Amino acid sequence: MKTAATVKKNRSRRSLSNTDRFTLTAFVGIPTLLQIILLWVPAVVTIILSFTYWNGVRLKDIQWAGIQNYKNIFVNNPLFYQALKNNGTWLAFFVLIATPLGILLAYQIDRGIKGHAFYESIYYLPVVLSLAVIGIIWNFMLQPGGFVQGLMGLDIGNAISIWGNPKINTWVILGVASWRHIGYIMLLYLSGLKSVDPALKEAAAIDGATEWQIFRKIIFPTMQPVNIIIVVITLIESLRAFDLVYIIYGSPTIFPLLNLLVFQNFAGQGISMKGAAYAVILLVLCIVPIITYLRINFKEDLK
Amino acid sequence: MSTGVVQNEQYRNSQKRKDFYISIFIGFFAFVWIFPILWTVWTSLRPYNDIISYGIFSWPRHITLVNYFNAIREMHIGVYLMNSLMVTVPSVILTLFFGSLVAFVVTRYKFKFNLGLLLLFTAGNMLPIVLTYIPVFWMFIWVGELFGNRNLLYNNYGGLILVHVGFQVGFATFVLSSYMKTIPKEISESATIDGANVFRHYWNVILPLLRPALAALSVLMTTWIYNEFFWALVLMSDDSKRPITSALRRLQGQYVTDFNLLAAGAIIAASPTVIMFFVLRKQFIAGLTLGSTKG
Repeated sequence: MKTAATVKKNRSRRSLSNTDRFTLTAFVGIPTLLQIILLWVPAVVTIILSFTYWNGVRLKDIQWAGIQNYKNIFVNNPLFYQALKNNGTWLAFFVLIATPLGILLAYQIDRGIKGHAFYESIYYLPVVLSLAVIGIIWNFMLQPGGFVQGLMGLDIGNAISIWGNPKINTWVILGVASWRHIGYIMLLYLSGLKSVDPALKEAAAIDGATEWQIFRKIIFPTMQPVNIIIVVITLIESLRAFDLVYIIYGSPTIFPLLNLLVFQNFAGQGISMKGAAYAVILLVLCIVPIITYLRINFKEDLK
Repeated sequence: MSTGVVQNEQYRNSQKRKDFYISIFIGFFAFVWIFPILWTVWTSLRPYNDIISYGIFSWPRHITLVNYFNAIREMHIGVYLMNSLMVTVPSVILTLFFGSLVAFVVTRYKFKFNLGLLLLFTAGNMLPIVLTYIPVFWMFIWVGELFGNRNLLYNNYGGLILVHVGFQVGFATFVLSSYMKTIPKEISESATIDGANVFRHYWNVILPLLRPALAALSVLMTTWIYNEFFWALVLMSDDSKRPITSALRRLQGQYVTDFNLLAAGAIIAASPTVIMFFVLRKQFIAGLTLGSTKG
């Protein structure tokens, strides 16, 4: 048996002709090269650049800076701490409110109420919109002379600036971001819930378990893989937040976020390698969720 | 026995009542959920002068498509849509092609580097994209100058397509390889024994079996790439070449007071992905469940 298998294996090894070897090399080589050149090399270069002074114009102007860029970020730089706080609030809001709401919604829609496919589509609709469009839509709702202010009885003359008001803008932004996030989580969770046997639920209910107990003790544990993926997605989304706030403000001064600070210093008008350092900090924060994700998905292969 | 049936009955009835209340709740919130979109559509159908003279809550004197015509004529929305198409279609095709090649080799042949390669590709897809911006920008300029044309990659569709492929191919590889693992090994073995070379093995045997996964992924990828904002913003300096997402931001500044025109522009910009979502809903959801790193 064993020898037969080895022979077979050897034959298939040997049967790789030169042409086949060449084809295989090209199959793997071209995409890998593309990935390395466009992703990994630039990522490493940015890490190196974060230890230099450079204005991004002429290569020969690059100077070694040691950890000075990082010092500039950590010391006497309130914008950075505000950004950390905002990203942290974003994360907390998503983890504690938006994601559970998405799960709740999925759980309720999964009961098979009338028209559930229709509701699913409606709640999911914001997810297929680009954040540029979402920015415009919510501007219509919230701007002076828009729907919400009109409803509050504020005409253009005595309108308030919702985006500019530091007391409420955080919550408004998080609300708009959740509008998209909740639908996304809902659909992910819903697809997982469809694989849970409904008889399990019914049996528990007949035994007198409350709805909450059923969810805690039966549904939630069986959904473990999906739960972890959703947590990872929520983490990464909160850390990478950029489009929406950039579209609303264009700069990090009113509502700083890490990604906006990278953008401002790295791609804005005055380029400095402080931006590279910000990008590296962002990468460091993303590493834990990335590794968690890889470990979950490649659990068997890694053994 | 009979008590069990009664209990069951009771349970079913209580569930029915609950379903009723919950569906009222869900229905109400669904309306709240979609309201901002409906409001934008509604705004886009009213002429500017109506709102100026009667206010936003006024009963419509006219319903008109004139804003849509103007969005196409004045804002050149059609041009930007075309730009988005020029970037999205080749990006999606190339991403799926490259992704399927790597996934094919990694799952059908036993090489030592397989797992490392898969990890590299999957992790690459999760890097924060800004991390790569400056080096990519310089590389594009440099390659352009090497060929005597600064705008060969930078400020050109080709460059934008390349970055999209570079970033998305990791996800495609990951999803397609987990799908391919479910295709029995025997199919590959018999193909090899029948003397099919590697290319035929890929093209005639494996690729047709991948069709459902490719369909699902292409719908998802089209939405992502079409909606992508960052690269479209930084790699295109000519406004006339910009994809619609980044163009919209500039238009928003320019037409800030003309709500109705802007609303029409936004609706046109949103329509390709929305229509695709409704037409290919099944593929869309399948794509999300195949793999789910982002949205």
